[in-house]
Amino acid sequence: MIQIKQVNKSYGSMHVLQNINLEVPESHVYALIGPSGAGKSTLIRSINGLETIHSGEIIVDGISVHEKSTDINKLRTEIGFVFQSFNLYPHLTAMENVAIAPIQVKKTPKKQAVEKAKDLLTSLGLGEKCHSYPSQLSGGQQQRVAIARALAMDPAVMLFDEPTSALDPEMIKEVLDAIRKLASSGMTMVVVTHEMGFAREICDQIVFMAEGKIVEIASPEQFFTNPKTERAKDFLSKVLNH
Amino acid sequence: MGSSGWSVITDNWGLLMKGLLTTLELSAFALLLSIPVGILIGLCRVSKNRILSSAAVSYVEFIRGVPLLVLLMWMYFVLGRFLKLGPFWSGVVALGIFSAAFIAEIVRAGIQAVPRGQMEAARSSGMTHIQAMRFIILPQAFRKVLPPMASQFITLIKDSSLVSVISVIDLTQVAKNLVATSFKALEVWTSIAIIYFCITFLLSQLINLLERRYRVTE
Repeated sequence: MIQIKQVNKSYGSMHVLQNINLEVPESHVYALIGPSGAGKSTLIRSINGLETIHSGEIIVDGISVHEKSTDINKLRTEIGFVFQSFNLYPHLTAMENVAIAPIQVKKTPKKQAVEKAKDLLTSLGLGEKCHSYPSQLSGGQQQRVAIARALAMDPAVMLFDEPTSALDPEMIKEVLDAIRKLASSGMTMVVVTHEMGFAREICDQIVFMAEGKIVEIASPEQFFTNPKTERAKDFLSKVLNH
Repeated sequence: MGSSGWSVITDNWGLLMKGLLTTLELSAFALLLSIPVGILIGLCRVSKNRILSSAAVSYVEFIRGVPLLVLLMWMYFVLGRFLKLGPFWSGVVALGIFSAAFIAEIVRAGIQAVPRGQMEAARSSGMTHIQAMRFIILPQAFRKVLPPMASQFITLIKDSSLVSVISVIDLTQVAKNLVATSFKALEVWTSIAIIYFCITFLLSQLINLLERRYRVTE
């Protein structure tokens, strides 16, 4: 579903992505983990073209993301993206946040888009909040609206860039539950996360990055009990034993 | 006596209202010209296209750097003469392009005050740059720019008093004429000041109302 081939990117002398190769098959969930500055966010943001790359190729659903001839707007409707800081539209209600892209981009009839937005919000436990503005919602609720907004386009792939990092601890669970539900529905997903327990529980593969490189790719079982590389061992000893 | 002094106002009320009407008409036309031009230039200013953005910067810098009085004179005696605009329309064009430079800066600031994540969220849902601007960025920028816009509109109405130098018979010009014939400077200029104040106060109250209506969010 997602193929990343020999991708490189640098900011000046900073080589933030170095020869990245990764393949995410359909209905699989991959976690991107690693220390900050490893390039996880840059990598996930380049999968939907929010970041440019300097060489290599990223293919989603058979289409090359950074190819000039690609209709990136059309391709992006296939790729849901959830941001660390939610980025909900503050001037629109929860329902409008969810319905606006289907109405404007997919030209879904308004009534139908609104119905679907309500259904999505309800399934995420936000049925009562349809007419609330983002400022009237808690962080966890806002992030669930953001997930509904991404799902409203019926994407083939969902990307999560540290979806729980900006949340208060007691709100992390509600967002992780929503992602967990999606995973069990067979959605293809890539999740940048610092929630190790969560990654271990729902992900098919753990992709460990450090200093712009993929250091190790392994099953959660393998990675968390017996990491192969020193870098991963070092990282895990810091995040698991605190 | 009191009645004799202020009677210059009541006796010439019709003339004053005619002048006020001219002031309002001229300001309204100038505003109608400056809003679309200002928004367009503001959008060019934030555009990634170098040619567009530097053209917009040049416009703003040049217009801001020339006194309105000089611009009015130039518009009336040079371009206005060439295009046969007449004093009223020369005034409208001069005020309009002058005000547009300031509106452009307000629009730019408003757009730049919208967090970057908003554009990213809109684009990642498949919206084009133009759709994202129209549905996500500009509505938010609009709320942010209401207060400085109100100031700009008020400035425009007050600045319109300068058109009296190119022989437009606006409120200020009526006042000048009345003072010249009646010598009642205190009564006339005090009344004129109050009339200008009433108009601009009314306008700022209207915009306050608009602001309150949009304050539901954030």
